[in-house]
Amino acid sequence: MVAGRRGDAHLKNGKQLKILALPAFVWLGALFVLPMLMITALSFMKRGTYGQVVYEFTLNNYARMIDPLYIQIFFDTFLVAVLTTAISLVCAYPMAYYISRMDRSAQKIWLLLVMIPFWINFLVRSYAWVIILRSQGVINTFLLSTGLIQEPLPLLYNFGSVMVGMVYTLLPFMVLPIYVSLEQLDRRKLEAAYDLGATPWKTFWHVTLPLTKSGVITGSILVFVSSIGMFVVPDVMGGAKSALMGNVIQNQFLSARDWPFGSALSIVLMLLSMVLIYLYYRAVNAAEAKEGTA
Amino acid sequence: MKALRHRTMAGYSWAMLVFLYLPIAVLMLYSFNDSRINAVWSGFTWKWYVSLFDNRQVMEALWNSLSIALISSVLATVFGTAAALAMKHYSLRWRSVFNGLTYLPIVIPEIMMGLSLLVLFSQIHLELGKLTLIMAHVTFSLPYVIVIINTRLADMGKELEEAAQDLGATAWETLRHITLPLISPSIIAGFLMSFTLSLDDFVISFFVAGPNSTTLPLYIYGLVKRGVSPEVNALSTLLIVFTVLLVVAAELFRRKDSKSLTF
Repeated sequence: MVAGRRGDAHLKNGKQLKILALPAFVWLGALFVLPMLMITALSFMKRGTYGQVVYEFTLNNYARMIDPLYIQIFFDTFLVAVLTTAISLVCAYPMAYYISRMDRSAQKIWLLLVMIPFWINFLVRSYAWVIILRSQGVINTFLLSTGLIQEPLPLLYNFGSVMVGMVYTLLPFMVLPIYVSLEQLDRRKLEAAYDLGATPWKTFWHVTLPLTKSGVITGSILVFVSSIGMFVVPDVMGGAKSALMGNVIQNQFLSARDWPFGSALSIVLMLLSMVLIYLYYRAVNAAEAKEGTA
Repeated sequence: MKALRHRTMAGYSWAMLVFLYLPIAVLMLYSFNDSRINAVWSGFTWKWYVSLFDNRQVMEALWNSLSIALISSVLATVFGTAAALAMKHYSLRWRSVFNGLTYLPIVIPEIMMGLSLLVLFSQIHLELGKLTLIMAHVTFSLPYVIVIINTRLADMGKELEEAAQDLGATAWETLRHITLPLISPSIIAGFLMSFTLSLDDFVISFFVAGPNSTTLPLYIYGLVKRGVSPEVNALSTLLIVFTVLLVVAAELFRRKDSKSLTF
């Protein structure tokens, strides 16, 4: 009886505390959910002659994307994202593995070292590569002075420089999740594999890699989703020809003043991200379920 | 064989670390180069830094950045901490709605948040400027604060709170005297992280800034589009140094608060 009354009092007090959540969620409702609904609605409207929005329903903004010009941009964006994800994975996995095998204090230092560049502004990090790669840049100046080349090499403003910039800015996203899953790995399973006579490669391929699948998937999704929405790197390090979806969207909003079309493009971008994140949840759940039964 | 593999892996990891830091180091180094025009080293100088401090536009951008970061991170920390503390009193269904509202802004592409806020502000005829920047910065920082505080609250045992309530403390008293002091390092970490996010943000600010509210990253972007110059290097170096100090401080506070190694 007493316990019941105290329980009620606790519940009542708890109810009072509920209002603490209100400011944050009213804020996110007004400045996150509402704007998202607005661009969804905008994507079905028409553009007036002077770039104003005409409030009439149309599917034209979506139909326009079938144009070969935009198909090409979708394709390029997708290609860059796939390559960025694959290269980051190859760069990140051995590093994450190495970090997970260190002692505790060394791990902390290395993790902080991986994390710091991730916090430094994307723009500044892309610009750092411009200093290195441009025709009067560090590499060209050095090569010219040694006489190895007579003309500066075209290292910047092409597909390759965009790829370097993408991998460079997004690499930390891949290292951290893989590290987390390696850290949670049950070492006894590796020892069992060795005891049964498996070679290091076989152990890695059949035991370590499958057991760290969830980290690989998390990292890949983070890198992929970030790269399909990226506009800073292609803007600073790519030439006029390397426009990706992010650049086209930005252009529709700021120069072309076609907000409905820009909204439609960004809705497609978001749906694509959402589908990937959904598939991610399914894949991770499946991976965890499998590990649970193993 | 095992030693060889270990050495290969070590070499590879060090190479990755060099890849991550070399461009930043080069940028910082050239901010001290005497020559304006090319990549040849022609002597050490402080003059680009001195000229920054004489530049009225730079000082204005710096002031805008710092004041926007301060105001938006205080708001995000207060709202975010309050929301995280209230969460456990809601039913499971409401909590999953709140979780969605917290994680969605983190996972959607930044550019979407920027342009959707631009659409909102133009529809309600709010003039773009410092106010719209602050509103946008609170919106993207708030979810990070909620996540940090939530992680801390989930790690924390319930024993102290339950003991306080058994001794007759109300929910408010428990919050005020037990929970808040226990999580205060995480609150500071959340604040420092929002401050960093705000100071560093370019993409979202790009959409919602007005002509008189240029922040440091926006100013740097303007210069970068005009080409490489030692002033941009100096300004970028300052931004990097600020960021690193803030991130390290936030990380120290967070580690102080929790034994586990989490992000």
